[in-house]
Amino acid sequence: MSVIEANNLTKRFGNLVAVDHVSFSVKEGEIFGFLGPNGAGKTTTINMLTTLLNPTEGSAKVGGFDVEKQDGKVRGIVGLVPQDITVDDDLTGMENMMLQAKLYHVPTEVARERIKEALSLVALTDAANRRVETYSGGMRKRLELAEGLIHYPKVLFLDEPTLGLDVQTRVVMWDYIRNLRDKHKITMFLTTHYMEEADVLCDRIAIIDHGKIVALDTPQNLKDSLGGDIIELEFNRKKDDQTETLKLLPQVKDVKKIGDTYRIKVSKGEKTLPSIMENLLKMNLRMNKVSLVKPTLDQVYLEYTGRSLRETQGETGEVWRRMITLRRIRG
Amino acid sequence: MIKETIALTKREVKKWVKNPFLLFMMLIQPVIWLGLFGKAFNLSGLVSVPPEVLQQYPGLDVALNQMISNTFGGTTDYFTYMAAGMLSVIVLFTAMFSGMSVVWDRRFGFLNKLLVAPIPRESIVLSKVGSSVIRGMFQVLLVFSIAFAFGLKPGNAFGILDLFGVLAALFLLSLGLSSMFLAITMRIKSHETVIAVANLLNLPLMFASNALFPIKQMPEWLQTIANFNPISYAGNAVRAFILHSNAGFDAAKVALDFQFLIVFALIFSLVGILIARTGLRKG
Repeated sequence: MSVIEANNLTKRFGNLVAVDHVSFSVKEGEIFGFLGPNGAGKTTTINMLTTLLNPTEGSAKVGGFDVEKQDGKVRGIVGLVPQDITVDDDLTGMENMMLQAKLYHVPTEVARERIKEALSLVALTDAANRRVETYSGGMRKRLELAEGLIHYPKVLFLDEPTLGLDVQTRVVMWDYIRNLRDKHKITMFLTTHYMEEADVLCDRIAIIDHGKIVALDTPQNLKDSLGGDIIELEFNRKKDDQTETLKLLPQVKDVKKIGDTYRIKVSKGEKTLPSIMENLLKMNLRMNKVSLVKPTLDQVYLEYTGRSLRETQGETGEVWRRMITLRRIRG
Repeated sequence: MIKETIALTKREVKKWVKNPFLLFMMLIQPVIWLGLFGKAFNLSGLVSVPPEVLQQYPGLDVALNQMISNTFGGTTDYFTYMAAGMLSVIVLFTAMFSGMSVVWDRRFGFLNKLLVAPIPRESIVLSKVGSSVIRGMFQVLLVFSIAFAFGLKPGNAFGILDLFGVLAALFLLSLGLSSMFLAITMRIKSHETVIAVANLLNLPLMFASNALFPIKQMPEWLQTIANFNPISYAGNAVRAFILHSNAGFDAAKVALDFQFLIVFALIFSLVGILIARTGLRKG
């Protein structure tokens, strides 16, 4: 069953087409990632799916409700962990959570239990009664995440959940997010421009660029679509060119010789490597160097979005908020 | 809707209570006005009659004081006159800040969080207006006490009921002005613009009213403006209550002031709510 369904979803701001006829569906319990450079249309998509913006064209359903016509219903079942840090500095962690509970009509008694649970999940129990002003950036992000969970949403939207966090905190956040899916079966839609994050967290990834989805598949399939892994090897005897010999081996797709190194393209490198080595040894070709290079999502991403760095354009307000967010994260 | 409004109002009030410095800063201006301007301007001193003239025209000083008292709504003490008007001005200043807070919430993304939540849009505006009114009333009481300490002279029949009358008039003024500023700033995205708008409205609203000077002494065009200014009506009512003396209390006039204030408050809270429905969205 699909929890999110987007059909030709489009958003125009004047002449700029931020999201351009995007269609996809997200299954229940899935972690679905939107990967793309800044300004690709990730946040705009989230804004439409969470009813903050109305689509210019096309439609989307979340939990079976139309985001435009049944926006009230949609708001009741989604949670949003925004890119900006929106927890209130002047209130304590507990007060922030309680306010969120009130906004989602969670009865006070139930809210107390859930807040306890959510805060311990994000390891903020000890800091609950401190003012958020004193929190570090990672703590604020975690509180933000906990707030998104207070009403047990059916779908949780995470907009750049680890933007600006240090490596350790990022890994901890990933654990929390996976934990949530496994324990509460929450469907998650997240945006990121960190390849590693998409690779580690997501069941499926859509690569979005210039408002369009350019690729959509599991991380593994996306990597495979590049044509497989590369085995790099060097022979003991460097004089003879073995390119043709290698090409004749069954699993080999392509061979390139760069200097003394042969780059052999294969699929499922871990499995092919041993048999290739066996074959070569049988032919009495001894190797002094072998390595396996796995394609990364980085390569996939660059393949689809192009290599050049692009200037992104943004509204002044957005740029300002991003600046403030980063400043607040860095405390 | 009421529950959400209360929860959000609590947030605003908590933010305010936890920032005593801000509270202090907001009080400085009215207190300076009272202390420097109100105290420096001595009405009776202005028309003090030299003894030799008084000998020639006995009773002249009494007559002059009576004239001043008539012009200044029943007092010869400018400080008392102005302190009463200042209470309305404080309400104006506080209301301005309610507009600022929407811009802050928008900039920090807090507004988005509210917009994603399954709550009626109206509760967002109502909480802003509500907290602004609470702040305004608190500051009114504080400044009123300070004015007392500085030598405000209420009428000889001034009692607790008159105090409630003062608060009721200012409550209506605060409701209307806060809604008005919120309606204006709801779609504005930068602080600079809000500050510019607030300054643009702030001084004219203050001077084109009876807060500092009696309307009767103004040029005619200014009188016209002042006669539409809600601050004048609140000023009238507040002054009537504070100067409540045994000599009399013009209940009919105060009733008219209240009518105007009620209509003003109603219209602008409705406008605020209507604008919240369409104007409170992302981007």
